[in-house]
Order: sequence, then C-alpha cells, then structure tokens
Amino acid sequence: MTKADVQKIVLDIIADIAPDEDLSQVKPDVRLRDQLELDSMDFLDIVMELRKQYSVHVPEDEYIHLASLDSCAEYLLPKLAAKA
Amino acid sequence: MISQSRIVITGLGLTAPNGNDIATFRENLLKGIPRVTTIPMRYMGSVLAGVCDFDPLRYQKKKEVRNGTRAGSIAIYCAQEALKSAHINLEVIDKSMVGVYIGITEHGNVETENEVYNISQFNYDTQYWSHHHNPRTIANNAAGEVTLNMGITGPHYTIGAACAAGNAGLIQGYQMLQLGEVDYALVGGVSESIHSFGIFAGFKSQGALATHEDPNKASRPFDKDRSGIVVSEGGCLYVLERHEDAIKRGAPILAEVIGYAINSDATDAVLPNAQRQAECIQKAIKKAGLQPPDIHLVSTHATSTPLGDAQECTALRTVFADCPDTYFNNTKSFIGHAMGAAGALELAGNLPSFSDGLIHPTINVDTLDPACALPNLVIDKPIRPSRIDTLLNNSFGMLGINSVVIVRRYPPLP
Repeated sequence: MTKADVQKIVLDIIADIAPDEDLSQVKPDVRLRDQLELDSMDFLDIVMELRKQYSVHVPEDEYIHLASLDSCAEYLLPKLAAKA
Repeated sequence: MISQSRIVITGLGLTAPNGNDIATFRENLLKGIPRVTTIPMRYMGSVLAGVCDFDPLRYQKKKEVRNGTRAGSIAIYCAQEALKSAHINLEVIDKSMVGVYIGITEHGNVETENEVYNISQFNYDTQYWSHHHNPRTIANNAAGEVTLNMGITGPHYTIGAACAAGNAGLIQGYQMLQLGEVDYALVGGVSESIHSFGIFAGFKSQGALATHEDPNKASRPFDKDRSGIVVSEGGCLYVLERHEDAIKRGAPILAEVIGYAINSDATDAVLPNAQRQAECIQKAIKKAGLQPPDIHLVSTHATSTPLGDAQECTALRTVFADCPDTYFNNTKSFIGHAMGAAGALELAGNLPSFSDGLIHPTINVDTLDPACALPNLVIDKPIRPSRIDTLLNNSFGMLGINSVVIVRRYPPLP
C-alpha cells in the first residue's frame, strides 16, 4: 500500500459523504476544509467510514491528522497497512 | 397583540403518491386514479404503501439529502413549492417573521430503526452508531430542515398530533398569525412513516393493516370488505397570511380559513369516539359562525378500518342529520393514509372545488357498508353540486385527538 492508495481511500470516502463536491482538483498539501465544503459532521463521517470499512480507529485527539490528503496519508498509511 | 384578522391561504406545495403538485393531484382525484404499490419492508417481506416520487434534488444538495431525513426532504419540497405558488421571494421579506409549523404523526422511528440495523452489522457495537442520529431524530427535525434549507430565521417546530397533525399544523399557524408572532406561516403536515417497519408491524399486530391482492384497491373506506390502513408517505404545506397583508401585496388567495377545533376523546388509546368527534365538528362549525347545513363538502378522515370508518359516519350523521346540500368524500381511497400529512393533503385535494365546481369521488366502494351510509356520499364519479362555498376537513388520531378545519371560498359569493 502506498500513500497514493491511502489518498484514494480518503477521496472515495469524501465522494460518498460530500457528493456535491468536485474532487478532481483537490490539492494534497492544502487543508481539505480550505478547498471543500466540509464541516465537523463530515469529518466525523470520515472517521466513521474508516472505522466501518477498514477497522481503523482514529482517536479524537488525533483528528488533526486528517486535515489534508498528505497528512491523512502520512497518518493512516501505517494503520491501513497493518490491517491489510 | 391579539388581532381578529381573517386568515387566508395564499400558497400550497404538496407531494402525494399520485401527484407532486396540486394540478396533477386534483386531476387524478377527479379521474379516479389511485397510486398504491408494494414495497419491500425489513423483517416483514413486502407491504402495501403509498410512495411519493418527487425529486428532492430540485431544492436540496445531495449532501443535505444524505445527512437529513425523508421527512425533511418532503417538508423542504413542499415549503419551496408553497412559497413559489404564493409568489413570495424570501430574499425581499423579513425572514424572521416567517414561522414554520409542521404536523407530524411520529418522527425518529425510521432513523432509529436504521441505526439499530446498522449496528447489528457490527455486533451491536455502539461505536458504529451514527453521529447524525440525534439531529435526524429530534422532534423538530422536519421544520428545522426547512429553516436550514431556506434561511428562515423565524420560529419553527413540529406539532405532534398523531394523524390529526395536518390540521393541527394549520391551526397553529392560524393562531400565531392572529397573535402577531409571524407575518407568514408555513403550515401543514408531513410523513415519512413508510420507511419504518415498526409502523407497519404495529398496525398489523393491531389488526389494522390493509391487505388486498390489488394494491390500488386496498384502501377502501366505507366498503363492506375494508380491512385496514394503507400507510403512505407525503406532505402538504400551506402559506397562511393575515387577510389584510395578503390584499396589500396582491397575493393569490386560494381560500379563507374560517373555523377550526381540536378536542380529545379521553376514552381510549386507539378506539375512536363518535360523540367527541361530533362535538369537535360542531365546535368548529360554531367558531366559523355557521350552521351544519352551511357546510357543502365534508372531507372525511376515514382510514379504511372497520371500526374507525363506522364511528366517523355515526358522528357525521349526528351533526349533518338534515343537510341536503352537504356532500361527503374521502381522499385516502386514492393514496392511503399519509399519517401526519393526511389532513393537509386531503384539504388540498378538495380546495380546487372552489374553482372547478366539482367534488372528487371516493373510490373502491364496491359494496357500501350500511354502517357507513351517508346521504350524499360521492362515490366513483365526480359530481357538480349546485354550489360549493365551504369545506370541512376532518382529521383524527390515536390517543383520541380530533381536529377539524373549515375553509371558505374566496372571495365569498353573495
């Protein structure tokens, strides 16, 4: 599994929870909330889908790592790799 | 400030199983076209239901639909359509003076059942219980979703009034306008109950769920072989305004609300009480300053249950004993029982009588039950009475709540 794979996993989740958004131009190094209409409930949806689909648990004090696609990849790669 | 202002209906939006606008709904009622279908139901196989096919994306983003509720989508659709028909542009009025008062039979069953099923897939681990559950299930959900969608900053809440709720929403708006609390009231009722297996299972256990090999013949109020309720979803919201305000802005006026009443049986949780129903009807007629013979059309509540229909007919025969110009019909025979929306939808289906001069029929009465015999019950074909100036709308519900609304043609004829 690569960082690109993790970014795709996160983008697929966002595509489900924010179906009105155009995700084709998302910049990996920019905060997701700065380029997409995502609110706190949406981030909880991301956390929930990671838990449901990949059995990855993100503690509340680590939500900050889900800020951008790059930080998601950095943070989630070892967790997802361990589950793979 | 309490005024004695007259209150008028200046717009309406609706979705029913057989129509997503008033023109289509009315046309199908006059043509005798029902729409009940069979849907899959969790734990139960399949059930008969009335299903709406409006497009929620006409007024909502996909994310709003995903995160919200079916009741919210129905309410938003109806509210947007109602404001459009009332020629109201929210951007040029004071949105803090718009009130949203929506009747509901129940709310939250659908969403809670879905979450219980969801965590059942995860060994009932509540870590998988959705954070959307609470905003979806709070009792004000449908009305609150309307305000979020439309940026309305006036008061909003729902009125829990069982299947009397559609009328109750309208009455609440009437009162708030007279109190001067709001200048515009979005009122009526909605229901999403067909998405809850518990509603169907409850009626089935009660022996009150309709069965029939032809879905469109299952809802058959007043027929000797009626077997129970067809549960439906739907919604209908009206714009109410004070008469003087509506005149001032040149609003289209569909009818005037001239009387109403709500009372309680105080006798049984589910069995209706004909005497209390009659008292409620009489109270509404008195408030309207009328006598029973002045009512030209009674839109009955009858839900196609053996006992309920007969009890309502007993009440109607008591009140309208000598009223040769009073006609009776029933809308549930076309669309089933839209629960919290029923009262508002059934009033809407009959409002065009003031312009087209017709009374839509009750269908599916193959053999009239003698216990439901009413003089001037309109069956199978529409009729054109000599005049139709007043409409009385019955809507009753569990725990013994009765509601009646009376509207009058506008402007009144001499």
